[in-house]
Amino acid sequence: MTAAIIIQSLASGLLMGLLYGLIAVGLALIFGLMDVTNFAHGEFLMFAMYITFFCFSFFALDPLLSAPITAAVLFAFGAMVYMLIVRFAMRAKTNVGMVQIFATFGLAIVMRGLAQLFFTPDYRSIPTTWLGGKTISFAGIYLPAPQLAGGAVSILAFALLWVLIKRTDFGKALEATREDAGAVALVGIDRNKVFALGWGLGSALVGLAGAIMASFFYIYPDVGASFALIAYVTVALGGFGSVFGAFAGGIVVGLVEATTAMVLPPSLKSVGIYAVYLLVVFFRPRGLFGSI
Amino acid sequence: MSTASFTSRRKRQLAIAAVLVVLVGLLPFGIKDVYTLNILILMLMYAALSQSWNILGGYCGQLSLGHALFFGLGAYTSTLLYTKAGIPPWFGMIAGGLIAAAIALIVGKACFRLAGHYYVIATIVIAETGLLLFHNWEWAGAATGIELPFGSDSWLYFRFARDKLPYFYFVLVFAAITWLVTWKIENSKWGYWWRAVKDNPEAAESLGVQVFNSKMAAAALSAFFTAVGGAFYAQFVAYIDPESVMTFQFSLLMALPAVLGGIGTLWGPALGAAILIPLTELTRAYMGGSGRGIDLIVYGCLIMLIALARPDGLVGLFTRRKRSAA
Repeated sequence: MTAAIIIQSLASGLLMGLLYGLIAVGLALIFGLMDVTNFAHGEFLMFAMYITFFCFSFFALDPLLSAPITAAVLFAFGAMVYMLIVRFAMRAKTNVGMVQIFATFGLAIVMRGLAQLFFTPDYRSIPTTWLGGKTISFAGIYLPAPQLAGGAVSILAFALLWVLIKRTDFGKALEATREDAGAVALVGIDRNKVFALGWGLGSALVGLAGAIMASFFYIYPDVGASFALIAYVTVALGGFGSVFGAFAGGIVVGLVEATTAMVLPPSLKSVGIYAVYLLVVFFRPRGLFGSI
Repeated sequence: MSTASFTSRRKRQLAIAAVLVVLVGLLPFGIKDVYTLNILILMLMYAALSQSWNILGGYCGQLSLGHALFFGLGAYTSTLLYTKAGIPPWFGMIAGGLIAAAIALIVGKACFRLAGHYYVIATIVIAETGLLLFHNWEWAGAATGIELPFGSDSWLYFRFARDKLPYFYFVLVFAAITWLVTWKIENSKWGYWWRAVKDNPEAAESLGVQVFNSKMAAAALSAFFTAVGGAFYAQFVAYIDPESVMTFQFSLLMALPAVLGGIGTLWGPALGAAILIPLTELTRAYMGGSGRGIDLIVYGCLIMLIALARPDGLVGLFTRRKRSAA
């Protein structure tokens, strides 16, 4: 194995990692805000991929153009899921953890069923995109243009999120609600509104990831499952409650996956991710950047 | 509650269980239809599996979503011992149970100090690793799986080509045993320790409860019975592959009846399985044709509704009525 091949794999892993990071950030935002794990996160991703696909096949919109639409639809969808389902799941007085897991798991199954019913179980793909098939070479490394654009979008989205959380009133409201949801009500912040916006924002991020991934992954009703598992591990690896940790965790996961694929048979590439997770929590039981 | 009424309540529970086992045991005399019998077998299997999960996840409060690993280990141990060495599955069942318990102890040693979600994710990740390893393990059939060869009907090898009744009665006894073990434990030192660990580990520790050992005991017992269930399943369907016995979906399905019926309760898992499994099978049969997904929609809505409407589980419906009657 030459150095060039190793660098090539790591570069691809890095790009994939940026996407894992983007998927995980949406999950981490929701979790950090209200301690709820969304077990339908993968199905949100699947939904976003289908929106991108239909924008392409009905309106000939390139995934790059439809990405904002997809993100906006997912924002509305996420806020709706909070208002219609999660809000009630949080009222449970006992078993809160399990009620949330199974309420969102039920939603995941419903979404998969709906996708099968309306979109059929067929595998879809977007055959021609602006960037599809193009590669960019840089110092002897060849990188596919869609993935490269995906990485760029991911970094940009994370930077915007960072500014939003750290620099705006909305970010302060998020942080305050997270700290003490009861107290913020006293200063006139509507807790449900903040939570709904948090769900919307987290879903919009996964929507963006789905829009990017639709251009180079097959789209089918069960596509979310494997990415969701990676997203949970990524969030835990970074440390629950840390949005930055989730993004950094995504990059780590992408690199570890690429490295494992060089050493072990490709079908075992996830084993590396799992091993790294177990190793990290063994030494740092709250993940790399966990605070809670 | 006085000691006398507590003892009489425990005796009443035992009596109810005995009557239920006899009644369910009589069902095959009226039901000859193979399809219905299959549903009953699956229902009893999930009641037993969920009761096993409930020991660790419910009573002890360690929400494992990786029990598919133990189920798969049971299925693979008995099947490999039989197909490679001709050893009867009765032995494989126990061997698989012991292996699963040992693995559960190793996993527990590493993971029980993790809190909440970190523990849950760790159990998922370990089970997924097992799944991937079995996927790539040529000797154990890899992704193609292993088929149990058909011979003549035999109790020694627990194989019956057409007759479903032996499987039915085995799984009925199995479900009864897991119930009985839980019933016994509820009133034992371990039972009290587990509930203390679940409610408040720090307080329990300070009162002298061996928190870590409690979790380990619950994990070993829970894994043992789950693996016995896995071995039974392998005999029943006569074909296993990693996808059919070790996926994450399976871990959720084992926890589901307990959660819907009433997590950490004696009757929750059985009640949950009695409602959930027939409903799942019937929606699949009547609405699941040609992969249209309607069965999934109904099933998913049901899970959501029960989780939202009855967070304590369906068992709460009965206890509340009793309380208001008293």
